[in-house]
Amino acid sequence: MFGFGILSGLTFLPLIGAALIALVKEDDNGKNTIRWIALWTTLVTLALSFYAWSQFVPGVADFQFVEEKSWFGSGLSYKMGVDGISFPFVVLTAFLMPFCIAASWKSIDVRVKQYMIAFLVLETLMIGVFCALDLVLFYLFFEGGLIPMFIIIGVWGGKRRIYASFKFFLYTLAGSLLMLVAIMAMYAQTHSTDIVGLLTTKFDPSLQKWLWLAFFASFAVKMPMWPVHTWLPDAHVEAPTAGSVILAGILLKMGGYGFIRFSLPMFPDASAYFAPLVYALSVIAIVYTSLVALVQEDIKKLIAYSSVAHMGFVTMGLFAMNQQAVEGAVFQMVSHGIVSGALFLCVGVVYDRLHTREIAAYGGIVAKMPVYAAAFMVFTMANVGLPGTSGFVGEFLTLIGAFKANTFVALFATTGVILSAAYALYLYWRVVFGKLEKPTLQGLADLSMREFAILAPLVLLTIWYGIQPNQVLHACSGAVAQLIKNYDAALAVTRTAALSLY
Amino acid sequence: METLQLALVHALPEVILAIGVIAMVLVGAFRGKPDDGPMSEIAVVLLGAALVAIVLKTPGVSGVVFDNAFVDDRFGDFMKALALIGSIVTLLMAGDFFRGEGINKFEFPILVVLATLGMMMLISANGLIALYLGLELMSLALYVTAALSRDDARASEAGLKYFVLGALSSGMLLYGASLLYGFSGNVSFAGIAAAIGDHPNVGVIFGLVFLFTGLAFKMSVVPFHMWTPDVYEGAPTPVTAFFASAPKMAAVAIATRVIYTAFPGATHQWQQIVIFMSIASMALGAFAAIKQDNIKRLMAYSSIGHMGFALVGLAAGTEEGVKGVLFYMAIYLVMTLGAFAAILSMRVNGKPVEKISDLSGLDNTNRPMALFIALLMVSLSGVPPLAGFFAKWYVFLAAVQANLFTLAVIGVLCSAVAAFYYWRIIKVMYFDDAAPAFDKPSLTLRAVLAVSAVSMLLYWVYPAPLVQAADSAAKSLF
Repeated sequence: MFGFGILSGLTFLPLIGAALIALVKEDDNGKNTIRWIALWTTLVTLALSFYAWSQFVPGVADFQFVEEKSWFGSGLSYKMGVDGISFPFVVLTAFLMPFCIAASWKSIDVRVKQYMIAFLVLETLMIGVFCALDLVLFYLFFEGGLIPMFIIIGVWGGKRRIYASFKFFLYTLAGSLLMLVAIMAMYAQTHSTDIVGLLTTKFDPSLQKWLWLAFFASFAVKMPMWPVHTWLPDAHVEAPTAGSVILAGILLKMGGYGFIRFSLPMFPDASAYFAPLVYALSVIAIVYTSLVALVQEDIKKLIAYSSVAHMGFVTMGLFAMNQQAVEGAVFQMVSHGIVSGALFLCVGVVYDRLHTREIAAYGGIVAKMPVYAAAFMVFTMANVGLPGTSGFVGEFLTLIGAFKANTFVALFATTGVILSAAYALYLYWRVVFGKLEKPTLQGLADLSMREFAILAPLVLLTIWYGIQPNQVLHACSGAVAQLIKNYDAALAVTRTAALSLY
Repeated sequence: METLQLALVHALPEVILAIGVIAMVLVGAFRGKPDDGPMSEIAVVLLGAALVAIVLKTPGVSGVVFDNAFVDDRFGDFMKALALIGSIVTLLMAGDFFRGEGINKFEFPILVVLATLGMMMLISANGLIALYLGLELMSLALYVTAALSRDDARASEAGLKYFVLGALSSGMLLYGASLLYGFSGNVSFAGIAAAIGDHPNVGVIFGLVFLFTGLAFKMSVVPFHMWTPDVYEGAPTPVTAFFASAPKMAAVAIATRVIYTAFPGATHQWQQIVIFMSIASMALGAFAAIKQDNIKRLMAYSSIGHMGFALVGLAAGTEEGVKGVLFYMAIYLVMTLGAFAAILSMRVNGKPVEKISDLSGLDNTNRPMALFIALLMVSLSGVPPLAGFFAKWYVFLAAVQANLFTLAVIGVLCSAVAAFYYWRIIKVMYFDDAAPAFDKPSLTLRAVLAVSAVSMLLYWVYPAPLVQAADSAAKSLF
């Protein structure tokens, strides 16, 4: 339509839904209309993303569905396209959104209109991040996502929501602004912000280090890596359930995606130079935040810390830079998007009943909520990385890859697997098992139809990807192979140049 | 040889305003009533006519007339159009406020037109004498408007403060101009540039510094910003809106023109000054605004910060940089006018209020207004996809291209700090409990607020025309 392709459609469809919602009057009747419009918008977007998937050629390195329009006259252009690395995230985003809307059906009853508009705008911005093939366009979507997320945490969040929203906002903003300067520097060098062109541009190695650091500032905060992860537990705890799902499921993945799309291919020399730093931070994240997770009293905070640990596997895998590790990292991100999103949805289920996230307030709820306990168990196991669940595949592949690159890193990272079992099972035990003694828990009802409909597909998907991970792995293999080939070639060139000096 | 006719064609917008304002004075004097009557409308029509004259001018026609004193080019057209828009919107917004306060004197529209005439002369000045004439015509009118509310102690204080400090800065500017004339033997910018060549001597640099002091005062950049918060707070709000919009356009325009046409040979020297003023303004604008609880004071610091950002583009010393400055000023103008439309709409039971806490819970009492203010704040903080981001993009891009990395990094960090206080207003409106509801604002205010917020929000849909206009305006300066 108007010469725009399917990716523009995917990106801007939610905005149309948001515009429709803006026209509805928010009374008791209107609230339901608003919810239904939001749900249908996300479902149509999901359907469109499935259609795009059916058209997508997996295993190819090139960008697909590319569309380009002139935009600002000179320099900046509107360019969209996806490859095997970005496309899984597009589908993941479209996939998680209907769950977020459904999970907010009952729990959000004030300012429903603004809430749904914020979420749909956020969806547009998130899909845009993964589709953008122009650096400035990417930055636009990347940073624009702050606005709706700030509002979501600040308006519908918990007690310390204002603190959490500002912390989230300022951390992320400060990081991304440094990236902005780096983007300008790249533009100053090449007079282009076209990502496809920049992927083949060779930047001067000394400049690369600065650019790498600036991008790192942004992605490390977003990821989040130790020690700039502290905004995440606060944001997670205070955000409403659906906000946490999006935060853990998609927003964190933008950091990892940024590393694969920009840092590694555009600054290979700097990436190799800084890889030990990333390894160290990853291992610290895995071990330290796992230990921190062990002592948490708040369910959401515990899951938030476990997210930081799991993202540690991703960064470790990415900078190991071999086929298994990078594919594993991509898979780990997709899997974590589903699993941690599902875990937050599980927390939301009990939170809606008891309005507390204190672990101590629960215990023995298996007696009252057996179906819930089963679903929660699947996600807990996936979080641990039990073989047969999607969590295993990513962790295993990144560990193999890291082992090839650096044995000690793999050695320390593997302890994270054990620690994750410890905190996840300990959490599950305290919440689900034990004697059902607390009077507040006596009246608990098991999953409603709506909640069942939300959790069931996620359970199936978690197990399906545990057994059959190839769908994702195959999709990204071509792009990853190309990435590694170019990376090694770039390093070889630098090495030859260095040797020829002698 | 030019003819008078040709000269008048080039200066047509100025001629319209000059004749018009004299007629207005006569009408005002012979009407014999102190109230404004139809004067505002007449002023708006006059300014509108000047704007039309600029917009409809044959593109590409430029020239230097009046014995090298007056230059008519695309750069001037761009900035004059902005200044005129600022004046027109101010006048449109001012009427209700002044009537409500009982100070709807007929002098105000006349003074606005006079000040605007001064701004346009200033923008088109091609030599030191024309510069001074324009500057004083503008400033004298502004001093009076600041103290328009005669019986209000705060307003009188603001007017007096502005006048004393303004007179001081004019003196410095004159001193600098006399030094420049003495050492270069020329008053026209091109003549000065030719005389100083690539190696300015100490006298010229002294002149440059003093000239800049005067201009920096008008731009209200650090360290010549002291008057800004007090005057912004003390002056009646429509006057503050005027101060924050139109005169800034003129001051930035003339600073840019002086730098690029008179001192291309002294780039190294003026660059240091501009970089210092830019960093200092950005930092002060970012940190000093955090503690403010009066929204007009907050806007004062915000405008200081924004001038700092505009100077980033100026510091680059390139055509890209000028383009960035022009673009920045255009976006800044729209945001500022919108923000002041919002401040003018803050009235409870007929009385204006100006505390930030008065905005509490605005989302519950007036949802569209809260949304529009929030959009403006996001845009002022430079977060994409709103237009404020693109404004920052072009100025910082120019700085990076000129290898001013330190300036760019400090600048973006300052903008992160500044984002805090802009977003705090969003927090107050959306997250806090409701304060008393505001009265329903007038149609004009609602329209200005809505148009400015929506145009900032949707700027990305069709950005090319403004970018191209800024581009061709910047080209005409080189």
